[in-house]
Amino acid sequence: MAKMTLEELKKLRESKKRELEKREITGKDIEIIVGMATCGIAAGAKQTLSAFLNELEAQNLSNVLVRQTGCMGYCYAEPTVEIRMPGMPDIIYGKVDPETAVKIVRKHILGKVLINDHILDKPAADIMKK
Amino acid sequence: MAFKSYVLVCGGTACQSSKSDEIYKNFITELEAAGIKEDVQVVKTGCFGFCEKGPIVKVLPDESFYVEVNPTDAKEIVAEHLVKGRQVKRLLYQGEETKKHAKVEDIAFYQKQFRIVLRNCGVINPEDINEYIARDGYAALEKVLFEMTPDQVINELKISGLRGRGGAGFPTWLKWNFTKQVNDSPKYIVCNADEGDPGAYMDRSTIEGDPHSILEAMIIAGKTIGSNKGYIYIRAEYPLAIHRLDIAIKQAKELGLLGKDILGSGFDFDIELRLGAGAFVCGEETALLASIEGERGMPKPRPPFPAVKGLWQKPTVINNVETWANIPVIILRGGAWFANIGTEKSKGTKVFALTGKIRNSGLVEVPMGTTLREIIYDIGGGIINGKKFKAVQTGGPSGGVITAEYLDTPIDYENLQKLGSIMGSGGMIVMDEDDCMVDIAKFYLGFTVDESCGKCAPCRVGGRQLLNYLDKISKGKATRDDITKMRQIGNAMKRASLCGLGQTAPNPVLSTLTYFEKEYLAHIDDRTCPAGKCKDLITYSILPEKCIGCGLCARRCPVNCITGEKRQPHVIDRSACIKCGECYSVCKFGAVVRK
Ligand SMILES: Cc1cc2nc3c(=O)[nH]c(=O)nc-3n(C[C@H](O)[C@H](O)[C@H](O)COP(=O)(O)O)c2cc1C
Ligand code: SF4
Ligand code: SF4
Ligand code: SF4
Ligand code: FES
Repeated sequence: MAKMTLEELKKLRESKKRELEKREITGKDIEIIVGMATCGIAAGAKQTLSAFLNELEAQNLSNVLVRQTGCMGYCYAEPTVEIRMPGMPDIIYGKVDPETAVKIVRKHILGKVLINDHILDKPAADIMKK
Repeated sequence: MAFKSYVLVCGGTACQSSKSDEIYKNFITELEAAGIKEDVQVVKTGCFGFCEKGPIVKVLPDESFYVEVNPTDAKEIVAEHLVKGRQVKRLLYQGEETKKHAKVEDIAFYQKQFRIVLRNCGVINPEDINEYIARDGYAALEKVLFEMTPDQVINELKISGLRGRGGAGFPTWLKWNFTKQVNDSPKYIVCNADEGDPGAYMDRSTIEGDPHSILEAMIIAGKTIGSNKGYIYIRAEYPLAIHRLDIAIKQAKELGLLGKDILGSGFDFDIELRLGAGAFVCGEETALLASIEGERGMPKPRPPFPAVKGLWQKPTVINNVETWANIPVIILRGGAWFANIGTEKSKGTKVFALTGKIRNSGLVEVPMGTTLREIIYDIGGGIINGKKFKAVQTGGPSGGVITAEYLDTPIDYENLQKLGSIMGSGGMIVMDEDDCMVDIAKFYLGFTVDESCGKCAPCRVGGRQLLNYLDKISKGKATRDDITKMRQIGNAMKRASLCGLGQTAPNPVLSTLTYFEKEYLAHIDDRTCPAGKCKDLITYSILPEKCIGCGLCARRCPVNCITGEKRQPHVIDRSACIKCGECYSVCKFGAVVRK
């Protein structure tokens, strides 16, 4: 992308914001967000990530977006993963090993049920949404 | 078929011991009885970090947070909330405690954490500038470039009350203002990402999760004080953080947010990374600047302060990572909004890395004025294995310990200092009854003695002597006289050392001496270590009347010094025992004793 002017930055922000919102409203996309900070990676987040990718492929799911993010703050429960999808509340799972990753795809995403014993509460309300 | 609501029942250890299993079962029975089993899923979750008010039940999607729920309450929650859609008010958490020190209305009503610094951590993809921009990223920069004068920016910072998060708590606006007023050029902007305290990783996580917030803040500072060049000094042991900063700088340059004529404003700014070799003293600002200049990282006497003569003798603003991360939010939301959070003299939030004998270790961000009890018990979930809390260490090797009687102290710069510790950069290590205070003091002092640059004698010689005394105590060879001498040396180091490292190095020793003098005296007078940590003062032996001769300890002993016939009491050969404690932890019959 080329250098922007002030107007272009404002436009870009609006369009990216809408993109984020649209994702939530039309509900086409499912997001899997994996915490990839030093603590998460040390706890095996890379293996978890590839388990997700493999299982999504095996299940032929193409409308799922797998993203990475920083530390969610639950260092005792790494790797942590957030799942956002239409019709389900946003959920953060902790201690997601590759086996649990497969379970999340099969049960949470396909079966629309939550998985016992791995759910964590959100650390804080989002100050940017207000 | 999808569920309409979800009942999350806490399955953490604390809540489980207070009947969360029964609550879970009752929900299932009640939902069935009400005929809505198909609409509501009951799930067990991990600890909500609010064990004090457990058992916890949360209902989604409306986020109702029920506390101190009894198994019999399941019926009412099902009948009222899930069938009729009316919350059970009596069980809802009332957020009084939170409101006491944080007046901001939009804090979610039960949450203790409030994320300004970590606002994007765990939310955006740190390697994609578009996601940062979508969450109002670089909007503060727009304001500063096109709508505000430099004096207005400084005034917002002044109103906000923001103080440096790198340890000393110096008002940020004042530092910026000094640098702005010096009539000299060029001027420099520096981000201190050296973070070397044991147990601290707040700055690393902030950069890994949200690198652009640091870049944006540094550009804002550049525009405000009249500088076109910034450096981020980061330790080479943080490869992921460095990688993310590299990507962020590249993306910002591509979009014209860094470089020449930013957004067509005519203002130029560039940022370079400088990697530190990982010496703790290089986090001290004058040593850090020397290191950027390519010299040995040794502190220099201040004044002159970096604000006047910093990098290459030019005016320099140096701030800590966390300080920087606050700036864009302050500009966007206004200083008054920020000043609403926290206590009278300490505004905003603080990030802590909670570690040690704590159930939910991790990064937490809380409003200033939150109590240690709230952090340790409500967020941290209390002590692991149900042991007794002994003390919490804050401020790393420059700080001290805080004991149980002070758990209700609201955290701010002044209060922690009064207790003989410091806020420091935010390491928070929780200790239980198995931790020996002499051992802890030895650990921290050992660290600073290793890291001392050796330039001045009080720190170089004094630190070594103090450490020798601690060693003597842990071996049971010290006298009461030695404690007096330790206090003298410690106080002399505080006064006479050249830089903060030496000035604060005795703190862990002096503070444990203040609060745990008895424990020191037990080592000296009785030659025992009450916590059972100091190896020279403990012995392991087997009680013949309790030993059933299973032989497990003998198999596990790394030096094979336990002998005995099958089904006969075993014995430890004390002369060969290396005091590893293995036998003590494996014996299921309590036959091995430690004295
Ligand atoms: C021995 C020593 C180590 C320090 N290490 C750090 C560090 O790792 N990170 C940091 O930001 N400040 C560190 N400081 C504090 C800095 O000297 C300086 O006060 C700080 O970077 C100023 O930024 P602030 O006003 O935003 O807090 C250290 C100070 C001393 C004496
Ligand atoms: S106090 Fe210690 S680290 Fe600081 S200059 Fe003196 S010897 Fe070096
Ligand atoms: S493990 Fe305990 S009971 Fe078994 S032989 Fe050793 S001391 Fe005796
Ligand atoms: S403490 Fe260790 S070395 Fe000593 S007897 Fe027990 S297992 Fe053997
Ligand atoms: S165990 Fe339930 S809140 Fe901690």
